[in-house]
Amino acid sequence: MSEKPKVGFYWCASCGGCEEAVVDLAEKVLDVVAAVDIVFWPVALDFKKKDVEAMEDGSILATFINGAIRTTEQEEMVHLLRRKSQLLIAFGACSHMGGIPGLANLWDRKSIFETSYIDTPSTVNPDRVMPVMEHKENGHTVTLPGFFDTVRSLDQVADVDYYLPGCAPTPKLIWMAVETLLSGELPPKGTVISPDVALCDECPRKESRPIELKLTEFKRPSQVLIDEDTCMLAQGVLCMGPATRAGCEAQCIDGNMPCTGCFGPTSRVKDQGGKILSAVASIIDSNDPAAIDQIMDSIPDPVGTFYRYGLPTSLLRRRKMETV
Amino acid sequence: MPENKKEFEPKIVAFFCNWCTYLAADLAGTARIKHAPNARVIRVMCSGRVDPQFVMEAFAKGADGVLIGGCHPGDCHYQEGNYKALRRYTLLKRMLMDMGIEEERFRLEWISAAEAERLKWCVNDMVEKLKALGPLNVQVPTEDFAEEVQVA
Repeated sequence: MSEKPKVGFYWCASCGGCEEAVVDLAEKVLDVVAAVDIVFWPVALDFKKKDVEAMEDGSILATFINGAIRTTEQEEMVHLLRRKSQLLIAFGACSHMGGIPGLANLWDRKSIFETSYIDTPSTVNPDRVMPVMEHKENGHTVTLPGFFDTVRSLDQVADVDYYLPGCAPTPKLIWMAVETLLSGELPPKGTVISPDVALCDECPRKESRPIELKLTEFKRPSQVLIDEDTCMLAQGVLCMGPATRAGCEAQCIDGNMPCTGCFGPTSRVKDQGGKILSAVASIIDSNDPAAIDQIMDSIPDPVGTFYRYGLPTSLLRRRKMETV
Repeated sequence: MPENKKEFEPKIVAFFCNWCTYLAADLAGTARIKHAPNARVIRVMCSGRVDPQFVMEAFAKGADGVLIGGCHPGDCHYQEGNYKALRRYTLLKRMLMDMGIEEERFRLEWISAAEAERLKWCVNDMVEKLKALGPLNVQVPTEDFAEEVQVA
């Protein structure tokens, strides 16, 4: 038996970008492998669920889970891994806050299935066959995981010890988290492993922000040639920086794109979307109701803009529909 | 007992500005003007103090409607807090509608300290509209999701 601490990785409703982020550690990944035993990592290593079940409870030091919780299978795996791990770490925006898959909370199972399996132009499904959890054919039974109406973040399903924010977390943050884990000097439970200040604080364009921002139109990045040195908001480009946690080193800003909010809010904020909405609305330069309304037209999708990564952990959590 | 719309009493969380609408509510009291008792009034120093988070939390915790009362345009005690409220209200209302919360459930009204009658009308009118709509029932999904999945 090796004495090295055991570490696991798992993915739920995610795009695979977080797995990529681990690989982005580049040669540092060798240092990780030297320091820990990876006992479960479906995307890279051939361990099965039964291997995890055979482990003793609490025998894994830490499991990193990326992706939101959308199906019964994901929920089951999360509960299993929680039992087997001393620490459960939400890895990336989807498990931290619901992420992009969380925007599916604007719909429900029925409408998602109808779009995916019937209404899309490329779908041919005259018998309206839909996924079911159990199907019998010639005496055999095949099963599929159940599909929830509502997408949840990891901490809405299981007890989470730490959060690594980002879409995806940066290699620097991942490495910092691994080092912290191995050092044994753990931060308080529930810590989001990233600086607890707004992105503007570390933004290279901070100095170019005017004292008073006043806008009469919001422009989408495709509608404007963005100046490379000026504050995004000062240029009328909607930037989530003021309501988003720092720690990414302003990578999107460096790529001349506005922040979309993947690191989530700081610890003082309950609802990231509510906060940025408040900030954005107050810099509108008009006192006339009709003009204000017209300026708001330049934000065509407020939910998708303000809650791009956090609808499931927002105060309302999902759209109210007749089914849910 | 089945929900009877006639018996439904909507809960309204009302954020009233200290300098105007709250005084109008006070005046309505001293003048013995009767209005629907459905509004739970929270006094704020300015309608501009109302954070969108307050409104969403009210809905999430069971309010059927949220009413913000502020000073008439140009009359803000702090110059333009009420304009900030107006801008936030306009954007928040759009967003709430995308979240399935009907327009009538969220309202911003300018009510001065002298307008007790207008306050009465606003509260009564809102209660009437909410009664017609029925309860909001924002469902915060339960812990035990397994029950929700149907084997089709």
